[in-house]
Amino acid sequence: MNIISQVTDSAPKYIIYDFGILTSRIHEWLSSMMNTTWTSVVEMVLIGVVFLSFYALVGLILVYAERKVCAFIQCRLGPMRVGPWGIFQTIADFIKLLMKELLITRNADKFLFNVAPFIVIIASFLAIGTIPFAKGIQALDFNVGVLYLMSVSSLGVLGILLAGWASNNKYSLIGAMRSGAQIVSYELSVGLALMVVVIFAGSMQFSEIVQSQATGWWIWKGHIPVIIAFVIFMIASTAETNRGPFDLAEAESELTAGFHTEYSGIKFAFFFLAEYMNMFIIASIAATVFFGGWMPLHFGNFAAFNHAMDYIPPFVWFFSKTMFVIFLMMWFKWTFPRLRIDQLLTLEWKYLLPINLVNVVLAAFIVLMGWYLI
Amino acid sequence: MTGIVEYIKDVFGALKSLWTGMKVTGYYFVHPKEIVTEQYPENRETLKMFDRFKGELTMPHNEKNEHKCTSCGICEMNCPNGSIEVISKFETIDGKKKKMLDTYIYHLEMCTFCDLCVKTCPSSAIEFAQTFEHAVWDRSELTKKLNKQDSVCSKDIKE
Repeated sequence: MNIISQVTDSAPKYIIYDFGILTSRIHEWLSSMMNTTWTSVVEMVLIGVVFLSFYALVGLILVYAERKVCAFIQCRLGPMRVGPWGIFQTIADFIKLLMKELLITRNADKFLFNVAPFIVIIASFLAIGTIPFAKGIQALDFNVGVLYLMSVSSLGVLGILLAGWASNNKYSLIGAMRSGAQIVSYELSVGLALMVVVIFAGSMQFSEIVQSQATGWWIWKGHIPVIIAFVIFMIASTAETNRGPFDLAEAESELTAGFHTEYSGIKFAFFFLAEYMNMFIIASIAATVFFGGWMPLHFGNFAAFNHAMDYIPPFVWFFSKTMFVIFLMMWFKWTFPRLRIDQLLTLEWKYLLPINLVNVVLAAFIVLMGWYLI
Repeated sequence: MTGIVEYIKDVFGALKSLWTGMKVTGYYFVHPKEIVTEQYPENRETLKMFDRFKGELTMPHNEKNEHKCTSCGICEMNCPNGSIEVISKFETIDGKKKKMLDTYIYHLEMCTFCDLCVKTCPSSAIEFAQTFEHAVWDRSELTKKLNKQDSVCSKDIKE
């Protein structure tokens, strides 16, 4: 089983921090103590625990960051009371959510109602496994990584639809149906935008896509088609995560809270956390595919500069790029008004999709002619 | 052909207008001095309310303990919810009987801060102060007497 990836390809010399060595050491150490099956089980549990804690941590940080960014954009200060600059606010909120009563509406479909938040959260868990945090730190390194990511990230809508249906509430149902229409259409654009980079990189494996950016990030090397793809990816993926300005599924002013109107306590927290986690996943995919993931900033043949950049750990590169993309998403969430459902579908089918199709052809042509920058 | 040109114009026009919006919010994001939030209990010492803020009704007195109220009762008549009670007395000055202010009672608990009393006062005797910390333990504390002890109306004093 390919639980911990062991990239054994001839790693170029400039990669200083290779966590593949660390992970393979752990793997050998575990294998020396137990048989193969148990090694796999222990590794799975370990990775699960690591991802769970990472999940909670990122969720808390992102909620705080969102509230602060939104406050600053709206000329406010945001949370300031709990801890210095309100940094413990989200922890306090989390404790509050844990202690709240779990309510179920009368005549709700109890089984589906309870299972829906888990589907949403499991979908984002499956997706997070493919993200390469650094060389060798990637839970699942498929050769069809992009395809896998597309398929599991679209599972989340199933949970949203079930939540809306099972709540026995008109607002929830409308929110869920809108979300379904939205994700079915925007999935196309996300896939085609990623396809452009897949054409450039020549691989669907995330580790290889990152590796192909060793001499320059695709947003720079692939110039026009990749920039167009990046813009489309940002728009379409925001729509796919149900974030503003595409938050029709929640639409506080129209549907109270859309599909999670009837949820309280920890089940609501699951939806909430999954939303922020999906944002993190989308941002890290954008960072990986367009900005080189954990790959340091390299410019063609400037050896000295490239070498100096290599000393900055890959985690720093990965998280700073991801945070940049997250900031972009927050920026336009708090700038633009929400779209109407017909505007949403017009944007996808009349604008993004045709542009995307032309863009894929353009990218293929550029790759054919070899017109890369650098 | 014109359709395609229009389409492309549409796309770039949309991108441009979106960028205009993002520039505005981006400007606010990187300029923390634009933040308008008041950190209330911390900035109590320095907090100053704006001039038109209507905190509570007051009757300004000068240094000679004189106010301008002639006890005409127009404010009391104009008050929509009876927050003002003007109690007057009659004194004889130079052989003439004259109406004078005895007690000016203001019910802060009933006041809606509509400003009608101040607007209609013919002698500008009353005005709104900028204070706003009105919480008290007992409702009776909210009934206030606005004229000070032994104060007189400045218009009654012969030069």
